[in-house]
Amino acid sequence: MSSTRTRRTRAVAMAAITGALALSACSSGGGFNTPAATQAPAGGPVALKMLIASSGDAETNALKAATAAWGKKTGNSVEVTAADNMDQQLGQAFAGGAPPDVFYGADTRIGDFAKAGNLYAYGDQVANEKFLPSLVQTFTYNGKLQCAPKDYSTLALEINTDLWTKAGLTDADIPKDWAALETVATKLTQGTVTGLVIGNDINRGGAFMKQAGGWVISADGKTMTADTPQNLAGLQEIKKMMDAGALKFNTDTTPAAGWGGEAFGKGIAAMTIEGNWIKGGMQKDYPNLKYKVVELPTGPAGKGTLSFSNCWAIAAKSQHQAASVDLVKFLTSTDQQLAFTKAFGPMPSTEDGIAKFKTDYPADAPFAAGGDYGQGAVNAPGMDPVMKAFNSKMATLSKGGDPKAMLADLQKNGTAALAG
Amino acid sequence: MARRKSSIHGREGIAGWVFTAPMIIVLGLFLFVPVLMAFWVSLTNWAGNGNPFGGGETAKFVGASNYTDLFLKDGLTRSTFMQSIGNTFYYVLLVVPLQTLTSLFLALVVNNKLLRGKSFFRTAFYFPSVTSSIAISTVFLFLFSNSGAVNGFLKLFGITGPQWFADSRGLLHLILGLFGADNPSWAQGQIFGRTLWDWLAGPSVAMCVIIILAIWTTTGTFMLMFLAALQDLPVEVDEAAALDGVSAWQKFRLVTVPMLRPAIFLVVTLGLIGTWQVFDQIYVMGKGAPDNTTLTPAFLSYSQSFTSLKYGSGAAMAFVVFLIIVLLTWFQRRIMREDKKPGWWRRRSTLVGAASSGAAAAATPADSTSAAGAHR
Repeated sequence: MSSTRTRRTRAVAMAAITGALALSACSSGGGFNTPAATQAPAGGPVALKMLIASSGDAETNALKAATAAWGKKTGNSVEVTAADNMDQQLGQAFAGGAPPDVFYGADTRIGDFAKAGNLYAYGDQVANEKFLPSLVQTFTYNGKLQCAPKDYSTLALEINTDLWTKAGLTDADIPKDWAALETVATKLTQGTVTGLVIGNDINRGGAFMKQAGGWVISADGKTMTADTPQNLAGLQEIKKMMDAGALKFNTDTTPAAGWGGEAFGKGIAAMTIEGNWIKGGMQKDYPNLKYKVVELPTGPAGKGTLSFSNCWAIAAKSQHQAASVDLVKFLTSTDQQLAFTKAFGPMPSTEDGIAKFKTDYPADAPFAAGGDYGQGAVNAPGMDPVMKAFNSKMATLSKGGDPKAMLADLQKNGTAALAG
Repeated sequence: MARRKSSIHGREGIAGWVFTAPMIIVLGLFLFVPVLMAFWVSLTNWAGNGNPFGGGETAKFVGASNYTDLFLKDGLTRSTFMQSIGNTFYYVLLVVPLQTLTSLFLALVVNNKLLRGKSFFRTAFYFPSVTSSIAISTVFLFLFSNSGAVNGFLKLFGITGPQWFADSRGLLHLILGLFGADNPSWAQGQIFGRTLWDWLAGPSVAMCVIIILAIWTTTGTFMLMFLAALQDLPVEVDEAAALDGVSAWQKFRLVTVPMLRPAIFLVVTLGLIGTWQVFDQIYVMGKGAPDNTTLTPAFLSYSQSFTSLKYGSGAAMAFVVFLIIVLLTWFQRRIMREDKKPGWWRRRSTLVGAASSGAAAAATPADSTSAAGAHR
């Protein structure tokens, strides 16, 4: 055979080797390895990575201080990173095979994460911390508590006391049911002021569905219960008040507000429905506003509010799961949770913690009370885009959207999503 | 064999491969191999955990079901995907012709020998193209906010502007509404799970803002391409046309435009590719809100993968869009082909005659790789 042929073969072989080397260099860096991480040997200081969806500097700094304290006690270190886009950063980190050891697990996403096998379900190791039962249910998937509830917030009714008195209302008029809510909201609607301004999605409007005795999904998270008369009654109550001009979505006020709290702070809303984060928001942006917080009025089926929560999720691929669990135990201790409350306002997730919270912050009792009957977020896997789609439909309620059709769509899409 | 051994040409093949090897390896490694990997992922139910090529429960091979689900399975994935296709269809339909016409017009203006301060205008028109699209999108958010400059301007004329980014009403629906049509019975037939009436919505008011933004940011680059082509046009043809006594409009229509055909082909092709892939403006300006009317397949593919952790389905969407782009480009190439048999557009260009095809070929802007970035 000719030497040309030999040389050509050699060149091709070399090219192939170069390519193979380059490929292997890429793949060895991590990524697609074993599904379950091998644990680093016990003992010796470890460096944990924590990813949080922070509400602001107050939260980030409080977490940095708390993790530093734990690090000092145990000799480990924790790097706290505040995410810009939590969903995307987590998705990328999971797919890349190098997720943060500890991260905020949003209540709406727990099912997705657990189903994909991204979570280290350590619930049994924190069983004796006495977390609130409703929160435990929120973070349970397939019968297992996936992660320790971090804290929670619930919705309550905030009332601008100046506008309240100006409309000739007294404490006796504080609405206890829907009829009373309609009455006061109508009275408060004067000039540029709208009686009640709420956010335009299920995270506010869903409270009405709950008060009417409905909810999107069954308690076990396995069947959709969206197209029920109860849910329809909830949405129709919103629409009824909207048609009377006594209720507006935050996007429909003039000028449009970013959230209910903004309309409330600017004085174009006499009442709003928000969670305990409104406290920090008002202190920061509208420090002179006088308002009071009461429990949400009851509907035909009694009390109803929504509760929102995050948990301390630990990655299935973390190499320091034992240390991570230890850190979580430290962060969920009553003292530490109350320190967080003081720093940025969330309510403690344990029964001891919430008992102390009620004595320390009596004005926030309506929020804390919601913990007993609050409805947790829809956490079944695959439901996140379904709820997002419903939310965007719900925003059209003020522009002639048909509540019955929305709920029918939700039922259809949700059923398909639950089927997998 | 022995003959080839002695020939100096025998080595050229190897030398060629060696010289191109770095590029082949880079392109292969970072483009071709990832595309194949993504294609494999689109055939699995991979949820972002473990090795997508390892099989097992975490990356089960599911055949073409990710693709068929997009078209045939009733559910949210199909309805949002179809809505995103509808949205982008109207987006492309408006953006591509408008940006081509505007950039051609601007190029003609700045190519005008009588224009003063040419370099100022050239820079000014090109400026939006060099600014970051994220920054421009943010500026547009302020301009079109409810109490923003645009609505303030409209107010001067007593017009109450719409809530641009919250208005999900379709433009065609609004126009049809003027003639009293509102979800009529003839439009109830379903195509891929959406009623004909929904398909006929047209771009929403919010999408129109993004359309304006896209036209405004891309015309600069395309103007540059037209300008390069215009400056390459042979002066003699112009002079010959002038001697034949054509009017300015005739000269433009029958001399300039036919000779610009390769440039027009380039601009339309790049426009089609770029518009079907629109992502960053959507990401900044509402992520599909209001009511999913600004959702595009590129953004949906991203959120389906990285947010919903359905990488298979997300990758399948990306390949469907790829297919749409390839088909459209192929189709467009067929219509605009330089053919021996004159098409409708050749038949009109009788004035230029045979000379033009050579001139036009010379006028092709050479470097299409640098032009590919036009839509960034």
